[in-house]
Amino acid sequence: MKELKLDEKTYFNKISFPSFERIKKGPVAIIECIEDIPCNPCETICKFGAIKVGFPITNLPILDEEKCTGCGRCVPVCPGLAIFVLDYNFNEKDCLLTIPYEFLPLPEEDEKVKCLDRDGKFVCDGKIIKVIPPERNAMTAIISFAFPKKYYNKIRSFKR
Amino acid sequence: MKKKDLRIYKHPILGDMPEKKKIYIYFNEKKLTAYEGEMIAAVLYANGIRKLRKTERFKKPRGIFCAIGRCTDCVMTVDGIPNVRTCITPVKNGMKIEFQVGLGKWKKKIW
Amino acid sequence: MEEKDLVIIGGGPAGLCSAISARKKGIDVLIIDENLRPGGQLFKQIHRFFGSKEHMAGVRGFIIGEKLLKEVKELGVEVWLNSIAYGIFKDKIIGVIKDGKNTHIKAKSIIISTGATENPLSFPNWTLPGVMGAGACQTMINIHRVLPGKKVLMIGSGNVGLIVSYQLLQAGAEVVGIVEIMPKIGGYLVHAAKIKRFGVPIYLSTTILEGVGKDEIKGAVICPVDENFKPIIKRKKYIDVDLICIAVGLTPLNELLYQAGCLFTYKGYLGGLVALHNENMETTVENIFVAGDCSGIEEASTAMEEGKLAGIAASEKIRNKKWEEEKEEIRKHLNDFRIGTFGEKRKLSKEEIIKEYYERIKT
Ligand SMILES: Cc1cc2nc3c(=O)[nH]c(=O)nc-3n(C[C@H](O)[C@H](O)[C@H](O)COP(=O)(O)OP(=O)(O)OC[C@H]3O[C@@H](n4cnc5c(N)ncnc54)[C@H](O)[C@@H]3O)c2cc1C
Ligand code: SF4
Ligand code: SF4
Ligand code: FES
Repeated sequence: MKELKLDEKTYFNKISFPSFERIKKGPVAIIECIEDIPCNPCETICKFGAIKVGFPITNLPILDEEKCTGCGRCVPVCPGLAIFVLDYNFNEKDCLLTIPYEFLPLPEEDEKVKCLDRDGKFVCDGKIIKVIPPERNAMTAIISFAFPKKYYNKIRSFKR
Repeated sequence: MKKKDLRIYKHPILGDMPEKKKIYIYFNEKKLTAYEGEMIAAVLYANGIRKLRKTERFKKPRGIFCAIGRCTDCVMTVDGIPNVRTCITPVKNGMKIEFQVGLGKWKKKIW
Repeated sequence: MEEKDLVIIGGGPAGLCSAISARKKGIDVLIIDENLRPGGQLFKQIHRFFGSKEHMAGVRGFIIGEKLLKEVKELGVEVWLNSIAYGIFKDKIIGVIKDGKNTHIKAKSIIISTGATENPLSFPNWTLPGVMGAGACQTMINIHRVLPGKKVLMIGSGNVGLIVSYQLLQAGAEVVGIVEIMPKIGGYLVHAAKIKRFGVPIYLSTTILEGVGKDEIKGAVICPVDENFKPIIKRKKYIDVDLICIAVGLTPLNELLYQAGCLFTYKGYLGGLVALHNENMETTVENIFVAGDCSGIEEASTAMEEGKLAGIAASEKIRNKKWEEEKEEIRKHLNDFRIGTFGEKRKLSKEEIIKEYYERIKT
């Protein structure tokens, strides 16, 4: 049976994906929003003016990678849950991905998890580094987890 | 009770289920725990009971379909009154709910 | 018989907003809603809404609902709950079953904002317990907080099917898959991505052949279709599920408008037959207005703006005043919402409705 497949190619050339030079410099937002949705809270929340939607609000969000500090404020406000923050230099081996998470039970810091790609397929093992509880962001938790750098553009979620 | 039934006690967005007064209702002869404010059909579904009635001619089982009182698939006999839409009728302590076949029978006079 | 300036039938986002805007103009307003709590679809919507800052973007639907209810209460709008409006008769007399008893009320002006109903889909065994509308399932999990099944098959990949699937995961169910008969998904990719990344498969060019079970659903047979949407039977597949949810669109709930004698037109992009109305949301029957999903399936955001517009327009007539600037502002907002792949078509349909209103009102 034919299935909807999502991977890095789905977004290739359609989003303002940060350049590899920028990714190597430190935390940066990755916005996987490629349809003309009438929506712009990502633009409104960013204190650094790093995301531009403009008018009409169906424009795709465009990231100014130099202005983005990777602060992560845009992660919980996106109704499409389509914004992630990637810290490529988390440590020698691993990168760190920050995602919005709206399920129970919440994972615990230091917990081992299975990292999944955009289709929910298992890719590799990883570790939860930080959990910001849901109460702080109108019931969207923010989870940061680490996994080998080579999967930085493959992994987008985890399971326990 | 808590673990076995199908109520969603903890929810990532809606939080914990608010404390509500515990009451009892009867499905046929079976005693079921319910909470004040719950709808009859929700209590039955929470206990895994999804067959609420059978149709008149073909005796086909029916359960909740619309959950907002529009389709009448969920009608049952409640305290002797047939054809009560159980998805929008709240429970009362001691209420007697019966499986209904066809149009049901009046067991209680209301006028 | 009791008499009111303005009676609003249906207390969803459209009805609540029209009540608020009319009350602010000093109008005596009554809302009639069949539920035990007003708010319509909003209280089922636990996800964050799209939109812009001025329109509560990123706020969850039920939080918007709570805000509207608070405002309605503060303004002292009268609300009849557990009350079904069953008919609109001559001289704007409305028949209502209130708390199980028949009553009548007379209105100078009526706004009809009754929302929509879910489209059914028939397949063998679709009447068994364990088959329900996606909206029904949403009511069960988010309002009644009971899981109607543990392993779910969703039919339809529009935004409703995608969002309810996500909410089923949040409620602790397993979504075994979504089937979509078209070769691509109907809703937004972001909504699909958020369930895909937790492993929910979305089968394209695939349909349901039958539900399986004797007394309740125990499984389903799904099957790929060819370019002509004909099932390729030899590739059918059985899957174990105990709940099948149908998310194949909504139809405006407009019997009352029909009964009141309003003229209709067919607009596919708006969900079917809809009442003609002018730029003030007034139908072809004078002083009967329409707003929200029952005037064409759109979204809560547009329902709220249409509600405000109808509320002000109805007040103008009752008070014999003009608030043209306010109305113009609301129309601007409506146009702001009606953009993008989905919005553009709805905008055109709405413009056609207004045009046809003026053509047919003459005759
Ligand atoms: C799964 C899902 C996700 C959605 N997500 C979004 C989203 O992200 N953003 C967004 O903007 N919109 C969203 N919507 C759409 C939004 O919920 C609706 O467009 C909106 O609720 C329509 O408002 P309304 O007031 O017209 O109708 P409703 O909300 O349906 O309210 C109508 C009310 O009238 C009552 N009624 C009907 N007939 C009678 C009668 N005869 N007598 C008395 N009362 C009556 C009904 O019971 C109901 O309470 C979503 C919808 C669904 C199903
Ligand atoms: S991560 Fe921070 S700086 Fe970067 S776009 Fe998001 S809000 Fe702006
Ligand atoms: S908030 Fe999210 S869904 Fe909305 S435009 Fe920004 S990235 Fe897209
Ligand atoms: S399930 Fe439709 S009326 Fe109860």
